[in-house]
Amino acid sequence: MTVNQSEIIGHFGPYGGRFVPEALIEALDSLTQAYEDAKADPTFAAELEYLHRTYTGRPSIITEVPRFAEHAGNARIILKREDLNHTGSHKINNVLGQALLVKRMGKKRIIAETGAGQHGVASATAAALMGLECVVYMGEEDTKRQSLNVARMKLLGAEVVPVTQGSKTLKDAINEAMRDWVTNVDTTHYLLGTVAGPHPFPTMVRDFHRIIGVEARAQVLELTGKLPDAVLACVGGGSNAIGIFHPFIDDASVRLIGLEAGGSGIASGKHAATISGGTPGVLHGTRSYVLQDENGQTVESHSISAGLDYPGVGPEHAYLSDIGRAEYQPITDDEAMEAFSLMSKTEGIIPAIETAHALAGAIKIGKELGSEATLLINFSGRGDKDVDTAARYFGIPL
Amino acid sequence: MTPLSQLFEKTRAENRAALIGYLPAGFPSQQECIDAITAMVEGGVDAIEIGFPYSDPVMDGPIIQAAADLSLSQGTGAREVFSTLSAITALGTPAVVMTYWNPIERYGVENFAKSISEAGGSGVITPDLTIEEAGPWRAAVKSEEINSIFVVAPSTKDERLAQVTAECSGFIYAASLMGVTGTRTTVSSSARDLVGRIRKVSSTPVAVGLGVSTRDQAHEVAQYADGVIVGSAFIRLLQESQSMGEGLIRVKELAQSLAEGVRR
Ligand SMILES: Cc1ncc(COP(=O)(O)O)c(C=O)c1O
Repeated sequence: MTVNQSEIIGHFGPYGGRFVPEALIEALDSLTQAYEDAKADPTFAAELEYLHRTYTGRPSIITEVPRFAEHAGNARIILKREDLNHTGSHKINNVLGQALLVKRMGKKRIIAETGAGQHGVASATAAALMGLECVVYMGEEDTKRQSLNVARMKLLGAEVVPVTQGSKTLKDAINEAMRDWVTNVDTTHYLLGTVAGPHPFPTMVRDFHRIIGVEARAQVLELTGKLPDAVLACVGGGSNAIGIFHPFIDDASVRLIGLEAGGSGIASGKHAATISGGTPGVLHGTRSYVLQDENGQTVESHSISAGLDYPGVGPEHAYLSDIGRAEYQPITDDEAMEAFSLMSKTEGIIPAIETAHALAGAIKIGKELGSEATLLINFSGRGDKDVDTAARYFGIPL
Repeated sequence: MTPLSQLFEKTRAENRAALIGYLPAGFPSQQECIDAITAMVEGGVDAIEIGFPYSDPVMDGPIIQAAADLSLSQGTGAREVFSTLSAITALGTPAVVMTYWNPIERYGVENFAKSISEAGGSGVITPDLTIEEAGPWRAAVKSEEINSIFVVAPSTKDERLAQVTAECSGFIYAASLMGVTGTRTTVSSSARDLVGRIRKVSSTPVAVGLGVSTRDQAHEVAQYADGVIVGSAFIRLLQESQSMGEGLIRVKELAQSLAEGVRR
């Protein structure tokens, strides 16, 4: 199957593109150029590979989880362990790639948005490693529920700016980061943390995360001798999901399943399931699915997981959904927390709450497909940052 | 020819710049917005930009963000934007709508252009629509014979400047600086350079916006541009005033003072 023919100009079918102030076009064009140059330059790939091997800890391992699988129809369940990366999630893959580009472009300052704090921590880490100034925008609401990560970013030398506008979450942090970028674009790179935003971000960020799927595909083939029946990942903006999906797109037998944050349930209106419960529209520089009202105003999203609490989604996911190549299903807060607990207690691995959405999806799909099936799950991050939220949820005194 | 284009013919003949005032629809309330715009016009504002308040205004600074939030909390939507537009054009004042792209897409691209035209509006300013994505909008604007106004910035390169300005009618919106809306103590020198570069590629009138708030600034910009756009300064007066009555007086006074400024 051929998908994304129109990718050259940053479109995925009708989605993607650039909806930004003209002031940013020059920066987006030079970023696109820098990225194209870097792709053509073997030293760039070599530098990134070296960093991943000696700093990130790649390749990340895969782990089979039979005790967890007993609760998922006894399907064969394999985790791709992005939680074991340096800084604790997949986010570092993209951050190191973009940070190397920043060096090539000669910029000295990076800004980033963050929801769960994982992208902010990864950005602050790369800034420390490469001697860059780093400012992270974070919704005030998220600074509270992910306070551990706020402290981590500060320890790493980054400035964390709490955003008090709007819903005080990820969407508003992106707005503030865009405003900073428009103002300081000469000196500053906006290190966007997911596969959303204007071209080239959806394509470039995906390419930096493809390593997840490339490694996992080979690892699963080696372990089981065949392709998995389904690949699952949680979807916030969609970076960890596209990273593991993309190398499987041409494998028609492999179901690609994205798990969105269903919050209190789609019917309640309190959710962040953008594809399952949204409509096509434009947000943050790209056309995709959006949670919006009849006037095109963005509607606030809700999720127990800060990293999934976003009313938009990457344009390539919108396209994969429309053409039927990938499926997207909502997982409620309660389902995610049940899977969180189960993974912790059956396998001794505490997941990020974002990741727990993918695990809850695996429980459902495993029961549906039964013990013959093999499921590959992107274990996008570890749960240290969520201990507070989880303890509160389960009534464990702190 | 739209009333907006007629205005620029008139101000060019008068050897002055046009004064363009901005206010978001529904701010401070639906009726008070119309009252404030009336005060602006009485004070000497030549044309009005009505903002479509939007939940994620990445081009706007804190003053307009706060105004848009207040307006949205009172339920302002497309219907209120168009009824405000009708009320202003009924005064005989040329008016355009300034809106981020998503509300247009949601309303329906053709219908939006049609509703602008039906309300007597001269056109639409689209700050986050790039020419690459403007295909359907271009067609709608053409069939309704309204103006399409894109925003260019100091960072816009010459080649692209020619492409974007070729798509503009009514006027070209030149952002004076790299940044978001708000008041500034000085007008960036990049504004004059940008207008100079635009003159080399287009004969369409050029209006300068972002950061203009005083008579002296308006006067300075009027030396090289065809229009001076003022938004945040009016909004701030309304936000700071103890009563609407006081706000209307101060808005009219600022309009009078700016109107002196644009006369060279
Ligand atoms: C561990 C983890 N997984 C997933 C996400 C969601 O982002 P994305 O959908 O871009 O992978 C986040 C975001 O913060 C995260 O920290």
